[in-house]
Amino acid sequence: MSKQEWPLYEVFIRSKSGLSHRHAGSVHAADDEMALNNARDTYTRRNEGVSIWVVRSDKIVASDPAETAAFFEPAKDKIYRHPTFYDIPDEVENL
Amino acid sequence: MSDNAVIAAYATRLGDNALILGQRMIENVAAYPELEEELANANFALDYIGQARLFYTYAGECEGGGRDEDDFAYQRPEHEYRNLLLVEQPNGHFGDSTVRQVLFESWYLLLLDALCRCNDEGLATIAARAIKEVRYHLRHSSQWLIRLGDGTEESRARVQASLDQLWRYTGEMFVPDDLDEDVRVMYSGPDLGAIEAAWRDNVAGIIDEATLVMPDDQSMASGGKQGRHTEYFGYLLAEMQFLQRTYPGATW
Repeated sequence: MSKQEWPLYEVFIRSKSGLSHRHAGSVHAADDEMALNNARDTYTRRNEGVSIWVVRSDKIVASDPAETAAFFEPAKDKIYRHPTFYDIPDEVENL
Repeated sequence: MSDNAVIAAYATRLGDNALILGQRMIENVAAYPELEEELANANFALDYIGQARLFYTYAGECEGGGRDEDDFAYQRPEHEYRNLLLVEQPNGHFGDSTVRQVLFESWYLLLLDALCRCNDEGLATIAARAIKEVRYHLRHSSQWLIRLGDGTEESRARVQASLDQLWRYTGEMFVPDDLDEDVRVMYSGPDLGAIEAAWRDNVAGIIDEATLVMPDDQSMASGGKQGRHTEYFGYLLAEMQFLQRTYPGATW
């Protein structure tokens, strides 16, 4: 018997107010509402989140691994773009 | 009955609904076709088992006879379980289970909502906790009913048959017995007549959105609240109680 797979959705979870949504994983679902339910049941069982985004994986435009060099290498030797010359106070969290 | 005996009996009945439905759902664990649904079902089943634990523990306290949650769950004979017939019905296929959940959870949500406002603090506290879980369960199950009803020709026909088949077990949810009346009068408990009206509205809305047909009110089965169960119940109990019956007092 052939089995038609449900489409894949990527799941993003905001762990608490003020933080940004982070990629948590993916779920299969037949429609958007089901994807939201499945994300909730799969990734927030242990009180991980206050907000969930789901998006069809095939709607995400991703960079091509073959172009990694062209995309990212030029930034590597420009250390002056990194704010590494500052001391971060201990009180600053979530940076 | 004394005040405490009324609450103990009522909490036991609520615990029975939660435990037996949870046990039915657990039978489906590791049998679902999709991993995500598998997780959801197992989580929901555990929600119900958790509610049963709270209700039984509270019943034991009110009773004052030293019975704990395990005594209620595992040490009683069939006729002492006072759950609704609906929750003990076999899982059948996915559509059968879905319809059972929708019909029960629509009622249970309204019952818990009323219990949140009753004058018994213990019941109100447990209800306030349980209602959050059940609100989500109903969201999940009713979306599935709509998806199946408004799905393919086959899924629609099968889930309509499930609805017609299980409808006969909805009647007893709304027929108050002496215990229901005691809780309503003495503790401002749920008014089953008012719940029936709201339930019909809500369920009609879901059925309509699912493009299904509301079943006719046929002759309704009843007896669960008096401990007279359907033929399926003995098998469920035998499996659930096996360990405690075979090795009384076993712990691990």
